[in-house]
Amino acid sequence: MALLSIDQVSVAYDKVEAVRGVSLAIEPGQIVTVIGPNGAGKTTLLGAAIGLLPWRGRMSFDGIDLRRLDVEARIERGFCLVPETRELFGDLSVSDNLLLGGYSRRRDSAGVKRSLADVYGRFPRLSERRNQKASTLSGGERQMLALGRALMAKPRLLMLDEPSLGLAPIIVREVFRIIASLRELGVSILLVEQNARAALETADFGYVLETGEIVHSGAAADLMHDPRVTASYLGGH
Amino acid sequence: MNGEIAAILAMDGIASGAIYVLIGLGLVLIFAVTRVIFVPFGDIAAFTALSLASLETGGRPGTVGLVAVLAVLATAVEAIALARNRAFHRLPRALLFYLVLPLIPAAAVWFAAGTTLSMPLRIVLSLALVLPIAPLLDRIVFRPIADASVLLLLTVAVALHFALSGLGLMFFGPEGVRTKPLTDAVFDVAGLIVNGQMLLILAASIVFCGLLFLYFEFTIQGKALRATAVNRVGARLVGIRPTSTGTIAYLLASLLAGISGVLIAPVTTIFYDSGFLLGLKAFVGAIIGAMVSYPVTALGAVMVGLLESFTSFWLSAYKEVLVFSLLIPVLLWRSLSFAGTEEEEAEE
Ligand SMILES: Nc1ncnc2c1ncn2[C@@H]1O[C@H](COP(=O)(O)OP(=O)(O)O)[C@@H](O)[C@H]1O
Ligand SMILES: [Mg+2]
Repeated sequence: MALLSIDQVSVAYDKVEAVRGVSLAIEPGQIVTVIGPNGAGKTTLLGAAIGLLPWRGRMSFDGIDLRRLDVEARIERGFCLVPETRELFGDLSVSDNLLLGGYSRRRDSAGVKRSLADVYGRFPRLSERRNQKASTLSGGERQMLALGRALMAKPRLLMLDEPSLGLAPIIVREVFRIIASLRELGVSILLVEQNARAALETADFGYVLETGEIVHSGAAADLMHDPRVTASYLGGH
Repeated sequence: MNGEIAAILAMDGIASGAIYVLIGLGLVLIFAVTRVIFVPFGDIAAFTALSLASLETGGRPGTVGLVAVLAVLATAVEAIALARNRAFHRLPRALLFYLVLPLIPAAAVWFAAGTTLSMPLRIVLSLALVLPIAPLLDRIVFRPIADASVLLLLTVAVALHFALSGLGLMFFGPEGVRTKPLTDAVFDVAGLIVNGQMLLILAASIVFCGLLFLYFEFTIQGKALRATAVNRVGARLVGIRPTSTGTIAYLLASLLAGISGVLIAPVTTIFYDSGFLLGLKAFVGAIIGAMVSYPVTALGAVMVGLLESFTSFWLSAYKEVLVFSLLIPVLLWRSLSFAGTEEEEAEE
């Protein structure tokens, strides 16, 4: 059974539909990517899936109808989002941001402590800056913090919205390396990217979203060689 | 004015300032977490004083009726919301939180009325009685419009103040009260007579400011409150429910206001509507702290207390006028620095 199943979902801002009849599925342990140009509706789709935007259609996570869960209940069940805007707690320290990432597991303080050590191990830069305010971090460090904060919730499915946005190429490579390594933790990933090449290289399966609709889908390796995809998204070769 | 009078006025000012500090911090706390400028907040202090006075004379405080009315209303609002979402399985929990828990102290007071209670017990009971008022008002009035603009929330808060004044008159009556002093101790400090009540006010204010600081710095719930204040969407994304942190903020703030009510009741006559001026003076302190800074709010509140004390000596007829006139330059100065902070945020 799919971990996340999205079936004929539409999302509208007032009257304008930004996502129309989208269906996709993520199996446990998979990395699935949704690529597409700016304004295609990728962020809107993730916002609806996490429960921040109203939607029509059917969605379920781990067999539970998502209509019955609010955002916080999704997080408690390990369905998490690192949004495009990151939404860090700028005024709080790096370590407080991470601790709050484990808020949904606050009754398991030993587990939270272990996760914190694990995140610091994975992101040594965050460990060095643990007492600094989140607002003083560089773009790359913020992205690490956003990822680390989400990992503190022990996610089973992590949705990442443009994790490479605005980062220097060397840091982009680092971010994708970390995403690939999350698979070993048993975390499934829904990766939204404009950087189509890196996303398809990392993912198992891919969807192409254009003006709110899925126009292609397939195994990531196949999409990389699909002429319709290479022409528009991979610099045409 | 000689040095001795100045010292007495200063002490007086700091003591009333300490009261405004507790209320002002509560105002900032509620605003930070819920974006509501809780105008009727001073009423929580006044209602605590009135409850305490009533328990002292063996009466049955009007708070019992007030809390009962609010609990029933809040339960109804919650039940309707649950029915609309077909979330009937959450009904028992709603009954517990909006009906049973708020009514426990009310029931205890109902049955204890007429018996003689010790002073600490009276204080604890009055605080417990008053604690549910603000969270219940939140459920009834503010939660249905939680996403509204700060201005709309403020307008509703002002309307709520008038509603609460009406209820206050209905449940407490028009008489003013003054409770027995908490201590009769008098100290002689370098030739100045310092009464124990004043020291108690000061000590309580310092202790509770310290506790609030520790709560914010060292507990996950305290950090969750700060997180909600800093970024509501971010808070939701880590599983913090803004409605829950809002309730905690209302409870904590009510505790601070309740304590200030207990402290002020022996030194000032309190009427059902005395809360408004108390709240307004604390609000001046909170505005000096730009509704965000706890330490500056505390300083501002002490300043208000001092100003009030000295103007009451020189120009007692204009005391209130002068205190509130202070708001104008402060608001001007603050609106300039507000613009500055907004630019900073836009850069993020
Ligand atoms: N808050 C909003 N209100 C109205 N329209 C919006 C809003 N956010 C996004 N849109 C519109 O929805 C469409 C999809 O946007 P978005 O989901 O952000 O695309 P992507 O993430 O793929 O770049 C765009 O046409 C955008 O203009
Ligand atoms: Mg986007």
